[in-house]
Amino acid sequence: MEKPAELQAANYDLVARDTKSVGAYVKSGAPYVWVTAAAISVAFIITVALLLLTAARGLPHFWPADLVQATYKEPGKEQQHLLAEIRSSEEVTTARLLNAGLPVDEKQPLYDRLLLKIANRDLGGVDFRYVLSDWLVERSQPKDATVLERMEWGNFHGFVVALKEGDKVVASGEEAWKGYQERQDRVNDLRGKVRDIEKGKIGAVNYDLERLRLQQRRLELDGKTPERNAADFAAIEAKRKSENEKYEVLRTELDQLNAEMGRDALVMKTVDGQEVTLPLSKLIQGYRPNDMGLFPKIGFFLGAIWHFVSEEPREANTEGGIFPAIFGTVMMVMIMSVIVTPFGILAALYLREYAKQGPLTQAIRIAVNNLAGVPSIVFGMFGLGFFVYFVGANIDKALYQEGLPSPTFGTPGILWASLTLALLTLPVVIVATEEGLARIPRSIREASLALGATKAETLWKVVLPMASPAMMTGLILAIARAAGEVAPLMLVGVVKLAPSLPLDGNVPFVHFERKFMHLGFHIYDVGFQSPNVEAARPLVYATAFLLVLVILLLNLSAIRIRNKLRERYKALEH
Amino acid sequence: MSETRVSPVAATLEHSIVGGKAAGMQGRYLKDNLAKWVVWIGGLGVIVALMLIFIYLLSEVAPLFRGAELKQRQEFALPGGQGKTLYFAAEEQGEVGMRLMDSGAVAFFDLYDGKERGQVQLPVGGQGIVSARELSAEAGSIGAQLADGSVLVFRHKYLVSYPNDKRVITPDVEYPFGETPLAFMSEGGHSLALREERGTLLMAAADAAGSVHLRAYEKQESLMGDVSFDVGSESVFAPAVAPDLLLIEPLLSWMYVIDREAGKIAFYKLDGANAPKLVHIYEAGAAIEDARYLAGGISIVVAQANGVVSQWFPARDKDGNTYLARVREFDLPGSKPVTAIGPEMRRRGFAVGDSEGHVALFYATAERMIEERKVLDGPVQFLSFNPRAQYLAVLGADGKLAGFDVHNEHPEVSLKALWGKIWYESYDEPKWLWQSSSASSDFEPKFSMTPLSIGTVKGAFYAMIFAIPLAVLGAIFTANFMSPEMRQVVKPSVEVLAALPSVILGFLAGLWLAPFVETNLPGVFLTLLLLPLSIPLFGYVWTRMPRSIRLRTPAGWEAAMLIPVIAFVVWFCFAIAKPLEAVAFGGNMQGWMDHTLGIGYDQRNALVVGIAMGIAVIPVIFSIAEDAIFSVPKQLSLGSLALGATPWQTLVGVVLPTASPGIFSAIMIGLGRAVGETMIVLMATGNTPVTDFSLFQGMRTFAANIAVEMPESEVGSTHFRLLFFAGLVLFLFTFVLNTLAEVVRQRLRKRYSNL
Repeated sequence: MEKPAELQAANYDLVARDTKSVGAYVKSGAPYVWVTAAAISVAFIITVALLLLTAARGLPHFWPADLVQATYKEPGKEQQHLLAEIRSSEEVTTARLLNAGLPVDEKQPLYDRLLLKIANRDLGGVDFRYVLSDWLVERSQPKDATVLERMEWGNFHGFVVALKEGDKVVASGEEAWKGYQERQDRVNDLRGKVRDIEKGKIGAVNYDLERLRLQQRRLELDGKTPERNAADFAAIEAKRKSENEKYEVLRTELDQLNAEMGRDALVMKTVDGQEVTLPLSKLIQGYRPNDMGLFPKIGFFLGAIWHFVSEEPREANTEGGIFPAIFGTVMMVMIMSVIVTPFGILAALYLREYAKQGPLTQAIRIAVNNLAGVPSIVFGMFGLGFFVYFVGANIDKALYQEGLPSPTFGTPGILWASLTLALLTLPVVIVATEEGLARIPRSIREASLALGATKAETLWKVVLPMASPAMMTGLILAIARAAGEVAPLMLVGVVKLAPSLPLDGNVPFVHFERKFMHLGFHIYDVGFQSPNVEAARPLVYATAFLLVLVILLLNLSAIRIRNKLRERYKALEH
Repeated sequence: MSETRVSPVAATLEHSIVGGKAAGMQGRYLKDNLAKWVVWIGGLGVIVALMLIFIYLLSEVAPLFRGAELKQRQEFALPGGQGKTLYFAAEEQGEVGMRLMDSGAVAFFDLYDGKERGQVQLPVGGQGIVSARELSAEAGSIGAQLADGSVLVFRHKYLVSYPNDKRVITPDVEYPFGETPLAFMSEGGHSLALREERGTLLMAAADAAGSVHLRAYEKQESLMGDVSFDVGSESVFAPAVAPDLLLIEPLLSWMYVIDREAGKIAFYKLDGANAPKLVHIYEAGAAIEDARYLAGGISIVVAQANGVVSQWFPARDKDGNTYLARVREFDLPGSKPVTAIGPEMRRRGFAVGDSEGHVALFYATAERMIEERKVLDGPVQFLSFNPRAQYLAVLGADGKLAGFDVHNEHPEVSLKALWGKIWYESYDEPKWLWQSSSASSDFEPKFSMTPLSIGTVKGAFYAMIFAIPLAVLGAIFTANFMSPEMRQVVKPSVEVLAALPSVILGFLAGLWLAPFVETNLPGVFLTLLLLPLSIPLFGYVWTRMPRSIRLRTPAGWEAAMLIPVIAFVVWFCFAIAKPLEAVAFGGNMQGWMDHTLGIGYDQRNALVVGIAMGIAVIPVIFSIAEDAIFSVPKQLSLGSLALGATPWQTLVGVVLPTASPGIFSAIMIGLGRAVGETMIVLMATGNTPVTDFSLFQGMRTFAANIAVEMPESEVGSTHFRLLFFAGLVLFLFTFVLNTLAEVVRQRLRKRYSNL
């Protein structure tokens, strides 16, 4: 029902025409209407601002910002040369600065304070620093200022001096910079091979060895002994030997690769003249932001985003990518979907198609609402206590005795996390599916029944196909909810750093018992538990932005599907 | 939702029209029936899931409120021969007992059948032992004063081995201070007390003349690793009361001299083995039978002849002077004289026996009697727990030992311990505290739910204060005044906010909003103050605008018009805030608040949480309230408007009263969300369990507490179960809120359909 526009206009005229005094304005109630309008505006502004804020803070992380070379002259102290990226700027009252012990001029009420990323944490101890804008003088942007991304200690800011192969200098100055980039590509290739061996091949060997250990334990538990069942034990021993041999071969190969990687080094000079030799094996890439045009910068930006979503984290999650977290989230959500969809649809079918109005239906509705309203942390407790400590421990006792006392399923893992979240998102699926079922015109069901179909056939062939977009909506919303939920996961299987993904090349490929990483928990962990919060912050914003984007897209697509569905049914009814 | 379903006609038809019982139809019927059952199970599964959660939580919580259980093992006469029993102890597993006799013999025996497992004769040189007292009950070291006044310290220890996977416990005795007795007094005294702290062994005993002797031994370690004990200082002093019982604090700071007959406790400040300084003499109120230290070595419990056990520990008064506080009392049912006290070694629990053979279990912190029962016919002479407190030995005056298996898992819990103010050890007054664990094993856990409840209520309160006006007023405008085209954009976008993960809101609140509010506090307040005022003002200015401008804007677009106005006002507030702060608050509003108003400021505080959690709750309330207002039948409001009421009058007089139950249920559901919200609170507060309502302090809520402590809590411990209790409270609270909201909504739907 919508009010015709003319009618509304008439309402307002009635008020406005009467009088223009303040008293009449108040009496008409118009001020209150304005206030209600303001309320919704504020809510709308908050929504938009939140989305913009995460984007605005997350994306610049990938942008190769210009480096500023400057001299910092703090009165009463020795002047310092800085080569830094300006991260942010804010106004600060003089009193606060005086409190912090800075020799500021009391007559000037406000100062601009800059946050600089000075990098070189291994040399100075800190990589971020607050400075007052007024004292940062002689600023320039030298073209040859270089940023090196390193495996450890964060970025390096400085100038290229020379390139070394072993102890021999092969190039210096501009030549060295060109030579460096080729050699860095070579090192990165080698690093890929090393990772392949370490993670893939040696990981597989270790996995097999562990399985052999468990097989042997199983034999012992079954009451077999090496004396009586020599064949069984010998088979295991033989396999173990071949695995160990494989390991030795890989080990040699690895040592070779590592030696090759350590061949080249880059000699760099910091802004205050200190020379540092950085082996290329410790570097990932180098770039000169001040020397890049807009398009190379955009290219770099996109590349950095790709690295971010496809690489593994480094340095206690404060650098590198978030691939394992994305992977863990997706996999957990997929397992959850498989569990929650059938149950949610069945419950919705019951409520909409089978149940008679009565206390039972009412009880189910109340249960659905409560499942939706119970705090998520309570689901987490339930998951930990019931699934992990009770169900999991019993599964271990029955099936994985050889692993005890170290638990297999009796410890938080991806299966339990998925189950817990399936419980949590059940009402979402139920409500969405029910709404879809309710919108299917009765006439269609009656037509099917009139043609002689049983109720089940009507459901299966007519109702469910028509309601499938609604179920899809429900599932999408459930996924969106699960992807963002953190509190229960902290109890049932999420870890800050999982050594291996829950899906890999080792039989049986999917490892339901493994712990996993999760985007939401990653945000919490890196943002709040990280040793270097300032360095990690842009990365957390970027992760948050990604999560928001995914959830927003999921929700928007759900809304779109729902709207289309509504139109279709409207058409059906006429 | 109206309950449209297959019409009754169709329902009867569905079976009749299909080919009856004809062949080939059976399978279809079977499938039909099967489908019915599967769907039925699916529907019921929802209730089962909810019930399962509830029952599981309950099953984890229930053991908390179960009392203790005492199961008697056999009763037998103490083995080891005749002789006076001076000391008795049971080892860790409750399998082997130890008895020290005045002859200097230590007998070990099986606690199940009373058979002797061996005897060790201490090197006492043929003299008798006159007095024995534990140096440390947990370590099993005991000091015995011999008839010549010297003191021998020995330790009973147990080697556990597992030959053939069977546990075998071998008792043994060792001498931590050497096998030669340490010289102390010139003759045997009584009431020996001794403690060791950082290499100093301090002993005290009273002589027949009523003087107290003190002597300290210092442990000396030579370069070769040889250990010797040298006399440090010593003194003899005449105590203010008769020295019937001496107690030394484990850290060697305090000593109590107790006069049994007079019921007096003299409280002394120790200074090594020099003559101690009397602080004060306290009256117990009745003759004293016994006094013991509780685990942790801070509290003493005093058994009085009037059937009362009192607990005392040193505390500080307002001037900072230490005094001995009588903290609480425990009444023994029957008020018979208390004859024995047996403290647990690792918790603040103790057993008390009286002259008629009753034994009661108490827990000090919880002020609670857990169990009471008559176990002997005569008086109880001695009570002793094993270190794990699963075994309690009750020694009667007749020399018989009655052993009990004690099942006392959660003595720490009582109504008072959970909700009341408790005077904890080392505090100066009763307090509400939540402090579940610490590195030290002597720690007294503090399990008050009050700070957590207050934190939960506080967080939800500030969130609701922020969310309700915005959400409800916004819903009113959206449903009642907004143009349909705009509504189609605004409603989904605000609802998308509901999908925003709370971890993102919490992260923004903790890492962006909290520092922002800290540096821009005046701006925040200015905005909160000026924004609501500026809007009606703008409305008035708008009425004075030329008619041509006013008519050019379509009705129902006020909200869109206000967006730039609000943006401007907010910008203005923050722009003038910094200069204003510099002028009015000396450049630092927090500092000014602290100096002038005495309000402390945390960076992560209730204001930040209120805003962040409010934002999380707004879409929930908004969406439901908007639905309720929008579905008020249009004929009602149109009728009112037709009668000449202004839109606002129509809203207040007609629409809101009709929709109010819906708005109410929206607020209930919002409240439920705010109470259980975890991540925002976890990230945007400091998580300190404080008990104030200050806007500028943090808090710790139930939900955040669970998230923080659950992973490191020991399964099955009191702490673990209390966390589940907090979960159950959350569950029940939200259950009530949600059920209430759902019932109200269902009624409202019915009412609308009647209209």
